[in-house]
Amino acid sequence: MINVLLITFLISLFYIAIANRMLTFVRVLAFQGVLLFFVVFLRLNEINTLNLVLILLETIFFKSLAVPIFLGYILKRNKITREAEPYLPNFVSLIITTFIVLFTILLTNVINDLAMDKIFFIVALSSLFTGLYFIITRRKIVTHIMGYLVIENGVFVLSLAAGAEMTQLVNVGIMLDIFVSVLVLGIFVNRIGDTFEEMSVDNLTNLKD
Amino acid sequence: MYGYYLIIALVISLANFFNKNIVVRKMLLISFLLLQTTLTIYSFLHLNLTEAQYFTYDSLGIIFLSVLTILSYTTVYHSFIYLKHRSDSNRNQCIYFSALILLIVAMTSVYFANQIGVLWVFVEATTLSVAVLIYHERTNLSLEATWKYVFICSIGITFAFIGIIFLSKALQSSGTNSLNFADIPKNLKNADTFWLKLAFLFMLVGFSTKMGLFPMHTIAVDAHTVAPPPISAFISTTLMNVGFVSIFRTYSIMYSTSIQPWMNQILLWSGILSIFVSVIYILKVNHIKRMFAYSSLEHMGLAAIGIATGGIGYFAAILHLVLHSFVKSSVFYQIDQIHRTFHSYVLSKTGNYFYKNIAGAVVMLFVLISITAMPPSGLFVSEFLVFRAMFEAHYILALVFILLLFTLIIWAISKNIFKMLFIKSDNIIEENTPIHVKSYESITQFVLLALAVYIGLNPPAELVNLINATINNLPK
Repeated sequence: MINVLLITFLISLFYIAIANRMLTFVRVLAFQGVLLFFVVFLRLNEINTLNLVLILLETIFFKSLAVPIFLGYILKRNKITREAEPYLPNFVSLIITTFIVLFTILLTNVINDLAMDKIFFIVALSSLFTGLYFIITRRKIVTHIMGYLVIENGVFVLSLAAGAEMTQLVNVGIMLDIFVSVLVLGIFVNRIGDTFEEMSVDNLTNLKD
Repeated sequence: MYGYYLIIALVISLANFFNKNIVVRKMLLISFLLLQTTLTIYSFLHLNLTEAQYFTYDSLGIIFLSVLTILSYTTVYHSFIYLKHRSDSNRNQCIYFSALILLIVAMTSVYFANQIGVLWVFVEATTLSVAVLIYHERTNLSLEATWKYVFICSIGITFAFIGIIFLSKALQSSGTNSLNFADIPKNLKNADTFWLKLAFLFMLVGFSTKMGLFPMHTIAVDAHTVAPPPISAFISTTLMNVGFVSIFRTYSIMYSTSIQPWMNQILLWSGILSIFVSVIYILKVNHIKRMFAYSSLEHMGLAAIGIATGGIGYFAAILHLVLHSFVKSSVFYQIDQIHRTFHSYVLSKTGNYFYKNIAGAVVMLFVLISITAMPPSGLFVSEFLVFRAMFEAHYILALVFILLLFTLIIWAISKNIFKMLFIKSDNIIEENTPIHVKSYESITQFVLLALAVYIGLNPPAELVNLINATINNLPK
């Protein structure tokens, strides 16, 4: 069951690669949050209430509700509907994402660690690299935040792969950090939208020597 | 004590956010500075005490906290001067000081965090609080720099987190999950080197965003360009020390494993490349704050090399950062006055500073001697120790290369500063505008520069003991 969920997560990355409308992007991110919730839920050996509440908060509340709603608000406020003029056409994006996934599968097979869940590792690294790829190739600044969130989702899967048991305080801290940084980034996006005509990274090239 | 410190500091920060009265604001800041001083003295008297479960007053933390506390006084003082000459709204001033207090608290917490996760959380907190301060001038340029700073730092901090995950993966072989700095070295004895190497690489890149090492140096330089000068002083000194503390702690938990020589190689290359890049840019830079930002990059590179060489290099690296903090902060306090004199940070628009502000010009002259590490300067001692460590570790070629680069840096910085001090420029537009600079504003810079000379030439026994305790803590 976990494998099915994780593969669905992987497919959602391909979907983002060809998505043209920003709202689709946001919806896929929310969907990924739900997927992650079920993955953690199934992976938990014993469920105590505190753990469940934390996971619910982190995946369903933050990843699937709060952040997408906030991003939707940013899109509406700045009247953005689609990703205009990406550096590369969608078809090339799809091919590159495929290559990223293939590359991570090959990479994971090189590592000789029996204690590791390979599929977790593949999904985590794929979304890490795909997120970076989105950030590099898109011009819209909002897309950069979304790329960052894809990376964050990848890191979340990675922490499951390593089976790291962080202390509760650190967990809460990480959760809040991600939430606050998205909030702060969102505020600056709004400012950039107000200051410049178009929210594009092409406007942000004045600082140089 | 530490719990109280956090609570009181947060309350003061919140009060600053809502308070509009300038007298009350000054009282609040003074009470915060007193609190910060109390914590410094308390931690010094209670070495190695653990409080609030996640914070230990260890020697490395105390060294950098002392630096931070001294610089907090001067930064708050110069912030008031800086704000007095600007027409910011009262609201923005409230936000400024509120964020400044949060930044100081976050940095203090990073210095004392005894668990890698807690350290990570507070490093992120420094990013968020300093972003508010970088954006203070509310111009298009500051918007651009702040966006880049927050975004790249967030990515960097994510990388550091990936490193922590790999570290916990490496720890699994010993069957424990404790991420406490004191426990990790014991449990890493049989760890898989593959995961350890990955962990170190990711954490180095992640925390480099704070320390400003190559290749993550660009955002710190951009942040310097637009940040208010008193905040630049913090970004260049205490915030870079935050990065150093994070990297040093990462290094020391993996010190006793078999990857230590490999880590040294990585740090050495990172340091050499940092210095190399800083030289390339410093030769052509035309913005005074960017020039000193690249100079910080050079000094951080030297500190990284100090760790990489080992032996006396550890001592030298820590001493170098302490001295660099005092010198570099006084530079940025002085740059505020330069900006008020010439209304520009561009070097070609400055000139004849000796004629306009003699106290400030003397400061710049001393700064030139200090920052290029010419003999009476304290930095000379620490740089010399780093070179000695390199010599002893048989990195002769690297040493020659770095010495050549340093010659170029001395030439470039001297050229720009002498031009600013003595040569009359044609580009000064507002020749006849009155200059709002008082000579007593330079006193703090003289004190800090003198402190750097004193500590460099005659390090107090307490400091030497603390540094030695830090180095001895490296597990054998």
